[in-house]
Amino acid sequence: MKRFFGAWLLLSVIVLLSCNNSGPTKAPKYKRHTVTVAGSTSIMPFVEKLSEHFMVDHPGFAIDVQGGGSTAGIQACLNDTVNIGMSSRQLKEQERLLNQIIMCYDGISIVVHPRNPITALPLKAVRDIFSGKIRNWSELGWLNREIDAVTREEGSGTRGSFEDLVMHGTEISDRIMVQDSNGSVKEVVATDPYAIGYISLGLVDGKVRAVTIDGVQPNAENIKLGEYKIVRPFLFVTHGELDRGGREFVDFVLSEQGQNILKKEGLIGAYD
Amino acid sequence: MIKKAFTKEHFVRGVLTAFALSSLLFLFLIFIFILIEGVPLFHKIGLKNIILGFKWAPTKGSFGIFPMIVSSFLVTFGALVIGAPLGLSCAIYLSEYSGKRLKLFLKPALELLAGIPSVVYGFLGVIYIVPIVRNYFGGPGFSLLATSIILGVMILPTVISISFDALVSVPKTYREGSFAMGATKWQTIYKVIIPSASSGILASFILGMGRAIGETMAVIMVAGNALRIPTSILDPLRTLTSNIALELAYATGDHRLGLFSTGVVLLIIIMTLNYIANFAIKRRVIK
Repeated sequence: MKRFFGAWLLLSVIVLLSCNNSGPTKAPKYKRHTVTVAGSTSIMPFVEKLSEHFMVDHPGFAIDVQGGGSTAGIQACLNDTVNIGMSSRQLKEQERLLNQIIMCYDGISIVVHPRNPITALPLKAVRDIFSGKIRNWSELGWLNREIDAVTREEGSGTRGSFEDLVMHGTEISDRIMVQDSNGSVKEVVATDPYAIGYISLGLVDGKVRAVTIDGVQPNAENIKLGEYKIVRPFLFVTHGELDRGGREFVDFVLSEQGQNILKKEGLIGAYD
Repeated sequence: MIKKAFTKEHFVRGVLTAFALSSLLFLFLIFIFILIEGVPLFHKIGLKNIILGFKWAPTKGSFGIFPMIVSSFLVTFGALVIGAPLGLSCAIYLSEYSGKRLKLFLKPALELLAGIPSVVYGFLGVIYIVPIVRNYFGGPGFSLLATSIILGVMILPTVISISFDALVSVPKTYREGSFAMGATKWQTIYKVIIPSASSGILASFILGMGRAIGETMAVIMVAGNALRIPTSILDPLRTLTSNIALELAYATGDHRLGLFSTGVVLLIIIMTLNYIANFAIKRRVIK
């Protein structure tokens, strides 16, 4: 009993001590050449992929990629708790003192269920759907059934860009459903034949179909030509000078190899 | 030697007392932290504008959570409509009708039901309940109805185990007295046993409500999270808990404080429910 109790005490002390870790927005204790990157959850999977490739070629560096959201990433960068912040929206006025590096561009595609016969929508119709003005598919020339529109939650970078690029100041109606990630929006649209939502272009696959907007198909080609307008930059933001590890990583992302990895994921290169 | 044992006993007692009190400390700390983070916004925006405000657009300065308060109560009520009759019938069966062997099988099964993680309930809801609601009743499927069904099942273990305890603790003499008067088994149950166990049954409903109103993950997955007060049981809705969990990842500044204010309201609702349930249970014990 006594030995058990002693072991248990020891265990609780260890657990308590190990609880002393840092939250997602704080930098961990520095090892040599550790680069912390935090921010947008839309960019995170791509940067994780890049960091895996980077660490293979540069064994001396460790890249620590964390989520938290665009705003949290920018804040952490301002507080110098991370080396690089990731943002999927443009910087606001008071955040402009940060350096921004465009790592690539991402289209936002308006997606519907593959069985939905509507393949093209004017931008204005999309705006009217999300502002609650158009509520039935019959108004768009399909059957008499309510539209199940899905948006992202308040504060999301994708929603922020959607509001800027599509809504133009019109408010998203409060009757629209809300999901908290690109993945769950896609899941809803993939299972509900009457749904419409918006997700990152890189995530469009056979489960959902992207509609053409004002007659323009959302794809890398049309984004490069400037035809498809619902495009946002994926940004790295930094506060002051980067250290060597951070610079090497940013250089790698902007290099041909890094850009090719991003293009393979369906994103549009920074130089196109 | 005796003295040493005595001091060791004292030591163990002291340590255990400290650990026991630490749970109280945690409750206190949670309460303090939520209040510290949540109350400033009530000062800034105004209690009325938050509690009775209809518009939630925290990045644009509107922090109304009235629709979410209503929605939270709606799903809780819906869960009770589905879970309470089911749970109570199960408890009555377990305490009055079932044989010992079946009881030995059913009780652990119910405990297992309580142990299933809520994300699994939510997942099953998205895969099965939501499409069924969409195909047979209409609407987007993510709805008050789907949420109520999921929550109704989730509160079953709470409702069953507490009302079972209440039914079992009805003295045997009551039953025998009723049988002696010539009442049938069912007459005994609904005229004698249920009325004498009513406060415990009530407590089980209230604790079930507490469980339903606090549930987050499963609700986020099946409720659709629209901000408006639902006008039919097929409309999507957003509860207080899902509001916090949905938006916390991206929230900063006042938006974050707004979520803590949501937490304050939720805490007050849950404490009130627990207080009422405790009151009901205590009254039974005294009686």
